[in-house]
Amino acid sequence: MSELGMFFGLLGAAVAVLFAGAGSALGVGIAGRAAAGVVTEDPNKFAQVLILQLLPGTQGIYGLLVGFITLSKIGLLGGGNVAISLPTGLMILAACLPIGIVGLISGKSQGECSAASIGIVAKRPDQFGKAMLFPAMVETYAILALLISILAVSNIPV
Amino acid sequence: MAVVAMEKISVCALKTNRKAILETLQGLGVMQVVTDELDDPELLKMDTAEAKARFDKNADLADQAVAILDKYVPLKKGMLDSFAGKETVEPAEFERIIDEQTDLMKIATKIQRREKDISECKGNILRDENQIESLVPWMSLDVPMSFAGTKKTDAFIGTVSGILDDAMLYAALKEKAPDVESLSANVISSGNDTTNIFVMCLKEDREAVETALRGIGYAKPAQAVLGIPSQVADDCRADISRQEAEIAKLEEEIKKRAGVREDLKIVADYYRTRAEKYRILGTIPQSRSVFFLEGWVPADAAPKIRSLLQEKYGAIVDTETKREEEEAPTLLRNNKFSANYEPVLASYGLPKHGKVDPTAIMSAFYMFFFGMMLSDAGYGLLMVIGTAIVLKKYPNMAENMKKMITMFFWCGISTTFWGFMFGGFFGDVIDVFAKTFLGYTGPTPILKPLWFNPLDQPMRLLIWCMLFGIIHLFFGLGIKGYEYLKDGDMVGFVSDIVAWYAFLIGLILILLPTELFGNIAQMTFTFPPVVNTLAKVLTFGGMIVIVLMSGRANKNWGLRVALGAYDIYGVTSWLSDVLSYSRLLALGLATGVIAQVINTMGSMFGGGPIGLILFIIIFVVGNILNFAINVLGAYVHTNRLQYVEFFGKFYDAGGEPFTPFTTKTNYIDIK
Repeated sequence: MSELGMFFGLLGAAVAVLFAGAGSALGVGIAGRAAAGVVTEDPNKFAQVLILQLLPGTQGIYGLLVGFITLSKIGLLGGGNVAISLPTGLMILAACLPIGIVGLISGKSQGECSAASIGIVAKRPDQFGKAMLFPAMVETYAILALLISILAVSNIPV
Repeated sequence: MAVVAMEKISVCALKTNRKAILETLQGLGVMQVVTDELDDPELLKMDTAEAKARFDKNADLADQAVAILDKYVPLKKGMLDSFAGKETVEPAEFERIIDEQTDLMKIATKIQRREKDISECKGNILRDENQIESLVPWMSLDVPMSFAGTKKTDAFIGTVSGILDDAMLYAALKEKAPDVESLSANVISSGNDTTNIFVMCLKEDREAVETALRGIGYAKPAQAVLGIPSQVADDCRADISRQEAEIAKLEEEIKKRAGVREDLKIVADYYRTRAEKYRILGTIPQSRSVFFLEGWVPADAAPKIRSLLQEKYGAIVDTETKREEEEAPTLLRNNKFSANYEPVLASYGLPKHGKVDPTAIMSAFYMFFFGMMLSDAGYGLLMVIGTAIVLKKYPNMAENMKKMITMFFWCGISTTFWGFMFGGFFGDVIDVFAKTFLGYTGPTPILKPLWFNPLDQPMRLLIWCMLFGIIHLFFGLGIKGYEYLKDGDMVGFVSDIVAWYAFLIGLILILLPTELFGNIAQMTFTFPPVVNTLAKVLTFGGMIVIVLMSGRANKNWGLRVALGAYDIYGVTSWLSDVLSYSRLLALGLATGVIAQVINTMGSMFGGGPIGLILFIIIFVVGNILNFAINVLGAYVHTNRLQYVEFFGKFYDAGGEPFTPFTTKTNYIDIK
């Protein structure tokens, strides 16, 4: 049964990277469209809107982080062969779900929020500090999910 | 370390000294002129709009000339030159430029006119090109486009719909006008579902042929060209080369004047400063022989201004009392380290007078948290070196930019510190490099963390993060307590601050020895019974005070207790605030793990020379990306911890920034 356990462990890593990455891709895309519009009008705001566009990019990184920890946990990276039992594999999959799902949803929402903040910068560039804060609020929940995923993955006994 | 005290002064002086006084104040740049309330109907204000507009126009003209010169004679700019800031100009040099202002403006006008001529020439070229383009289908026509026929014949030049050849065109016309005997039908060219044709017939057949042509969709050519197409095209080409020569000549004339660029910049700034002076002048009420002026000055600069104006210009300077609805503008003054964090505070909002300027406390936490989030010695050193180079190379940087860069310098030092604490140097590059290329087989990590590796013990670091968070938040609450004490509000201090401290500390002391906490943190605390009792006393004592006192604005006791009980519920916001500091762990781990992923990828090609080259490429590109995104992340989230968690405990912004009457320059600073 150890192949099946390994499969679910791997599926966990895939879920984390896949959904969180997709969320970031959506978010950065949404914000990027708004950013491109602002730069058409005023190229000087490029640096500011680029920062706002990048904010939803972190979910993908969190997904990668959990994926990487999971891969080294199940011994696919650099380690020797670890036998993963089916229950352990399923547990690892469960541990990866928070960052995967929350990453997807928060990435998209944060992108929408960033797009709105880019609107602030377009009209009132002096309020950049505040504009940056709104997307950072959304990110909190991705961080909380990341935390639980990391703690769960690293504390599952193999 | 605080909000600078402001004093409002009023100045009354003779008009003969008006120019000198205004220029002195502008040069000092320490007074925010406020004249709204000085609108005595007997006093008049000077109409300076016209003069100000003239100076603004001249400044614009010089700016445009500089922009045109930059376009044709670009200055060589290094990657970092945007940090360069304003140049310093000697007063003597400045005087010389002012003397030459008329000539400089003439040159600026000339440059601008040349530029206008160039764009006219470019317009002509475009028109010629369009002409040539539209004539391409008619090139083989060897009569003028306006040709209408000879003495006995009529000619039709135009387009019909559909693609036809000579025979098809002839047949189509013959079919529609069978009676016409002599007819010449030629296709000039075809394309785009239309055919360009040249048809000739005898004058008497004109109507029949025209009807026939209409039947197959005949229309005259859209463009109104008169001559023979090939000749017209040649003329256009000749005109284009003429225009190009003209442009080259005009550009040469502009380039010749590149030497005055610096002078133009100075004169532009001179006009801007004059315009600002006239703006202020326009708001100053004056009688026949005196004028009045009011404004805010920093209290410590007030005596100097007073004695200067009194002794040198015989002005009367008084201290005014602040009106009730009036707010003094906010100017911050901090020590050399903390002052660099003022822009962070300013972008949230400045404190009002009478409130605490939290910059000093914030700056220490800012540096600390930023370092924890980035926590890689390699990245930290990059930041330190990079910002140090910029600071050294460009001493004239704009003030806010300089503060930001210095702030990142200190954050870099903190990052380096935390990197060594957690054992991160470009992730695990030392281990990977040693193993892959040097055949190292000893124990890893080679660079041992001074404290511990967060990847091995995430729970331990999480607990520490929360502890740092609690300390940060307690500082915030402490500042609010300080404000209560300063206002002499002892009741508020005890019931809103001390009670919360007691309640929260009590809760923590109750939580620590529990099994639940022990399981989570893998740490067990055993307190002597006296501490356990103390914890309960603190918790319940604090709770009772909060329930009874936090609704004290209400007279109705029922409502007051209900509000107090609701306030106890605020403990959940403390919980979420503390949990928010878990981002210190999450972002720190993210930096390290991604760097490890990059290093692992780089080492996948083995230890040979090709492997080394690929390793270096992947290492450099990957780490630059990781560095950029994590610096951004650390910056954003450090700001968030300050703005939301820390400021949320005590801070109300709402101060207006101090905007003194000063010189307005874009390019230069005068010594």
